[in-house]
Amino acid sequence: MPSQLVNEYFRTENLPHIWCPGCGNGIVTRAIVKAIDNLGLDKDNVCVVSGIGCSSRASGYLDFNTIHTTHGRALAFATGIKLAKPELTVIVITGDGDCSAIGGNHLIHAARRNIDITTVVFNNNTYGMTGGQYSPTTPTGDKGTTAPYGNIDMNFDLCELAKAAGATYVSRGTIFTANMLIKQVEEGIKNKGFSFVEAITICPTYYGRKNKKGEAVDMMTYLKENAINIAAYDKLTEEQRLGKFVVGELYKNNRAEYTEEYQKIIESFQKER
Amino acid sequence: MIRQELRLTGSGGQGLILAGIILAEAALYDGMNVVQSQSYGPEARGGASKAEVIISKEKINYPKVNECDIMLTLTQVACDKYINSLKSGGILIVDKSIEKLPERDDIKIYRVPILETAIDKLGKPMVANIIALGSIYELTKIVSKDSLERAVLGRVPRGTEELNKKALEEGFNLIREHKEDCYGEVC
Amino acid sequence: MADKIIKLMQGNEACVEGAIAAGMRFYAGYPITPSTEIAELSAEKLPQVGGRFIQMEDEIAGISATIGAAIAGEKAMTATSGPGFSLKQEGLGYAVITETPCVIVNVQRGGPSTGLPTAPAQGEIMQARWGTHGDHSIIVLYPWSVKEIYNTTIRAFNLAEKYRTPVILLMDEVIAHMREKIELSNDNKVEIYNRKKPTCSPENYKPYEVKEGDLVPEMAGFGEGYRFHVTGLVHSESGFPSGNEKVAETLINRLIDKIEDNKDDIVEVNEYLTDDADIAIVAFGATSRSAKSAVDTLRESGIKAGLFRPITIWPLAEKELLELAKKVKRIVVVEMNMGQYFLEVDRIAGKFTKVEKYGRLNGELITPEEIISFVKEG
Repeated sequence: MPSQLVNEYFRTENLPHIWCPGCGNGIVTRAIVKAIDNLGLDKDNVCVVSGIGCSSRASGYLDFNTIHTTHGRALAFATGIKLAKPELTVIVITGDGDCSAIGGNHLIHAARRNIDITTVVFNNNTYGMTGGQYSPTTPTGDKGTTAPYGNIDMNFDLCELAKAAGATYVSRGTIFTANMLIKQVEEGIKNKGFSFVEAITICPTYYGRKNKKGEAVDMMTYLKENAINIAAYDKLTEEQRLGKFVVGELYKNNRAEYTEEYQKIIESFQKER
Repeated sequence: MIRQELRLTGSGGQGLILAGIILAEAALYDGMNVVQSQSYGPEARGGASKAEVIISKEKINYPKVNECDIMLTLTQVACDKYINSLKSGGILIVDKSIEKLPERDDIKIYRVPILETAIDKLGKPMVANIIALGSIYELTKIVSKDSLERAVLGRVPRGTEELNKKALEEGFNLIREHKEDCYGEVC
Repeated sequence: MADKIIKLMQGNEACVEGAIAAGMRFYAGYPITPSTEIAELSAEKLPQVGGRFIQMEDEIAGISATIGAAIAGEKAMTATSGPGFSLKQEGLGYAVITETPCVIVNVQRGGPSTGLPTAPAQGEIMQARWGTHGDHSIIVLYPWSVKEIYNTTIRAFNLAEKYRTPVILLMDEVIAHMREKIELSNDNKVEIYNRKKPTCSPENYKPYEVKEGDLVPEMAGFGEGYRFHVTGLVHSESGFPSGNEKVAETLINRLIDKIEDNKDDIVEVNEYLTDDADIAIVAFGATSRSAKSAVDTLRESGIKAGLFRPITIWPLAEKELLELAKKVKRIVVVEMNMGQYFLEVDRIAGKFTKVEKYGRLNGELITPEEIISFVKEG
């Protein structure tokens, strides 16, 4: 029996989804929908833009104005949509590879412009759709099908990246603490500017298996035990922080939003007439 | 005059492309067909720059200038580079700063102090292009005076109209007063 | 004269003026020589008419944002040159399969790679046709004068809207950067075609369903109450992905047919003195101006030459080329490449007449004299 949330916001005719058993993408997708529901947004005015990858398939399951774009370019498409129709609430669904490898340039520039788009990154530390290659967020030393001897790259801290590039709302949550994630997406949408929510999720099928992380439940347990809220994290010593990662609202700032600034230029000409 | 081709040469930043546009616009006001084009190197300032204008009573098909009828050159570098593209019997206007004049006896050469007039007499080096247009007009009458003045005033920044009118006048005078500086077969 | 404005205008400027007259209200792009003035003028003019311009972080973002805005409901354009056109190919294919009306301008320059950034070349004749991966059909227009850039840009938007397809406007550096006379009507009487919007209720709307006898689906915009899905995956009428072979075949065939079956409407050719010609020169853009000069001179010397100038270079004017082939003894295809369009002209006309090519690639426009001597001496 599908829940009220599913009936209201999902295109049930397109379900079941393509995601594997144990995949965390459903939890993140629900968090987005729940946040929209909590905010009482009109479905006709919500636009969900996604790129390419497992997570990016979410747009097809959601009953909004939805677009599944090309690999890495969701934010560039979203920028066009938002600037053309600033009245739309634009949410980008993307994965770690989509957002920070092939789409890394668009991420930093969307953040720099502070355009009013909420980006939710489904970070599962791997390229799931193509079978488990290492991504920019695969921890150093971990394995992927293209890192058979261990990944020698340093992994990105996506939140630090978004903050440095100019995002005005940055937070990180995990699929273990779904309620926190819902709140973060809500805050992201409420922020008039570029919001970045990193949702740590799991890929038991590829990343988990390749790195002997156990079953989905074991991976969830890992998130539960190692995600530390920012207030607590700040009090830890460097040594205590080893192996842990910080979650919560990491950064908030207020500055001019792109489409509002552009509107001022348009209005300056309308006044002239 | 079926088709007249002009080449304005110098270095980037001397306003020669604008001069070409103004000349083309003047010819347009005269009811002629025109094509104006330019070529530039990767440098925004310096280098060798050229603007070209074709003025014709008939429709202009091939839009490029290969060999020109009239050439203006404000720098030695541009003069050396483009001199061979001037047709035999053509007119060359060179700035006085150009010391090594081309060794061609099949063209008419007019050497006039365009840059010097802009700096010393008008105190504005940027009007050299307008002075040059005045000289081209006085020498060739390739466009009408009214159209030239209208085109100049339509393209220069607001507030500089008087200065540019004066520059144009100085350009006319340079040719009227500097006939003795002409070289080549005619002068 | 009150109904006409006569002015000196640059080719790239005419493109922007034409686009705005056609209803362009969105431009996203990345500056690149020799198309940069199109971005600069769009930035200046669009906010004045309530439109929006954005300089994106790269070429790919430029076409992506353009498509996004078009799906949101605006008439949108992007412009680029050489290397940028290569980068835009994936986005172009996305616009093809999602049936997104938009205009992509490529002011060609010398290639390959960075090549000759400020010099003319006609090297993307085949790339414009086949550059994006996967089989498809495409509309490519090619103007030869500043005035025609204006008109053709309007036509590009109209065809894009009518057939829900990206339209490529190929331009030559020579025409893009030169200024010449343009006469514009003062009464804003420009024929404009707007995409067909759905009239059904949102519950009954299928974004890729076509009506009986039509090949182009109605198009809603985002935020208009229809809540549809767009994807670059093969999709059914509902807009949702499908791996079904029948669905795939139906979609791909329709995407091709909607253009190829409407060639009578899309293809535009200009012929000059071809009626009694023995020799026809086939050329487009700046090269066709040299060719026209050559035709005049050849006629003066008693050689019956004519010019066949496709303004729509894709889809190919097969019918018109066949008629030409049956009429003339010889066809010379003149282009600033080593023989791209020649391959197609020869494929169609080669069975009926002798087809030759004349091409050169050194950054200079082919001159009338060269064409004359090739025609005379072969």
